[in-house]
Amino acid sequence: MAQRNENSGELSGPIVEEQEFSLTELCSICAVQETQVVELVEHGVIETHSVTQWRFNGDALRRARISLRLQRDLGVNPAGSALVLDLLGRIEALERRLRGST
Amino acid sequence: MEFKDYYAIMGVARDATPAQIKQAYRKLARKYHPDVSKEKDAEARFKEVGEANEVLRDPEKRAAYDQLGKGPPPGESFQPPPDWGSGFEFRGAGRAGPGEEGNSAFDGDTSSFFESLFGAGSGRGGFGGAAGRGGFGQARPRQGGEDHHARVIVDLESSLEGGTRALTLSVPSVGQRTLNVKIPRGIQAGQHIRLAGQGETLPGETKAGDLFLEVSFAPHRLYRPEGRDLYLDLPVAPWEVALGASVPVPTPGGVVQLKIPAGSKAGAQLRLRGRGLPAKEPGDLYAVLQIVLPPADSDNVRAAYSAFAAAVPFNPRTSLGV
Repeated sequence: MAQRNENSGELSGPIVEEQEFSLTELCSICAVQETQVVELVEHGVIETHSVTQWRFNGDALRRARISLRLQRDLGVNPAGSALVLDLLGRIEALERRLRGST
Repeated sequence: MEFKDYYAIMGVARDATPAQIKQAYRKLARKYHPDVSKEKDAEARFKEVGEANEVLRDPEKRAAYDQLGKGPPPGESFQPPPDWGSGFEFRGAGRAGPGEEGNSAFDGDTSSFFESLFGAGSGRGGFGGAAGRGGFGQARPRQGGEDHHARVIVDLESSLEGGTRALTLSVPSVGQRTLNVKIPRGIQAGQHIRLAGQGETLPGETKAGDLFLEVSFAPHRLYRPEGRDLYLDLPVAPWEVALGASVPVPTPGGVVQLKIPAGSKAGAQLRLRGRGLPAKEPGDLYAVLQIVLPPADSDNVRAAYSAFAAAVPFNPRTSLGV
């Protein structure tokens, strides 16, 4: 919860990526329906922490948001967005190695 | 106001068919999509392309836009003609559903040119511009106001030390608002701060939406952050890397002595464990060695270089075969 400090009007809140989320919370943050998040899990775009009760970590949130943007903006389907995300991850890892070897 | 040539932005002829426009849009959207693009100004270009597509894909908007011709002569400011829009009926704001094929990615953050013609807020919900309408297209039906998203740029020190910063957000149709936000210590670029209840407030609704601030860092004089790690270019003298040395290095926690192993190469990264962004497992600081040659600007130095050259049989170009 954001807290309002009455004296200074200072707002504070948690770092979203360091939190864990339920399905409902993830849907609320991404402003999508539950079916869309279920679809992301089914296509392996994001993973749940626990199988019995779905919990998502910050990385799942990051991947979900990118996937939903790619789906909306580029007409990619969930499986395609998972591929894009995995390839982006590989490019990032390679770029890190490239920087390390120069 | 600046006239926008949407045909030039999309790279299509003025008589392009809808299919050609769709094709051009898809190609440019892929090229400039902020999540995948490495192009400079990707985000600005992506928005511009989205705006152009929003007009050209819609037969009514396109016909109205075409009536403007090619705009005023260069250097002259554009004003919509007095009879602008008469005889055309624009479709309402209708927000697009996620995944709807061929949609432009479009948020409330439109150019003033677009707004003068089609009105503010006639774009779709979308990709988080500064405090643009949040989310991904369609808002899910929920009680209370909608969540808002904004990007903010803060100084690296705010993550290193924590502290409160005044952040100014521009909110479509509201103007600007400034918030004093406590930046959580150790936050990394791309991470979000969630401010509950600072999103949209609807009249008559008790529950306001949340505001999500995506953090990025202003360039720092010394450090380049990557995730929780920091990179620092460390200038060293040739003899320091050849012979090894202990040199002072600035770190966020203060100056430390770093041992440079003999025979180190330019570009080598020496790790200072735990000297990156603070966290339960703090990041590391990498000192990237940059060999700097002393300028040969005095007789002494020139003599030293000559003696070095005479003493060392060395061809730096053997790999070139010359």
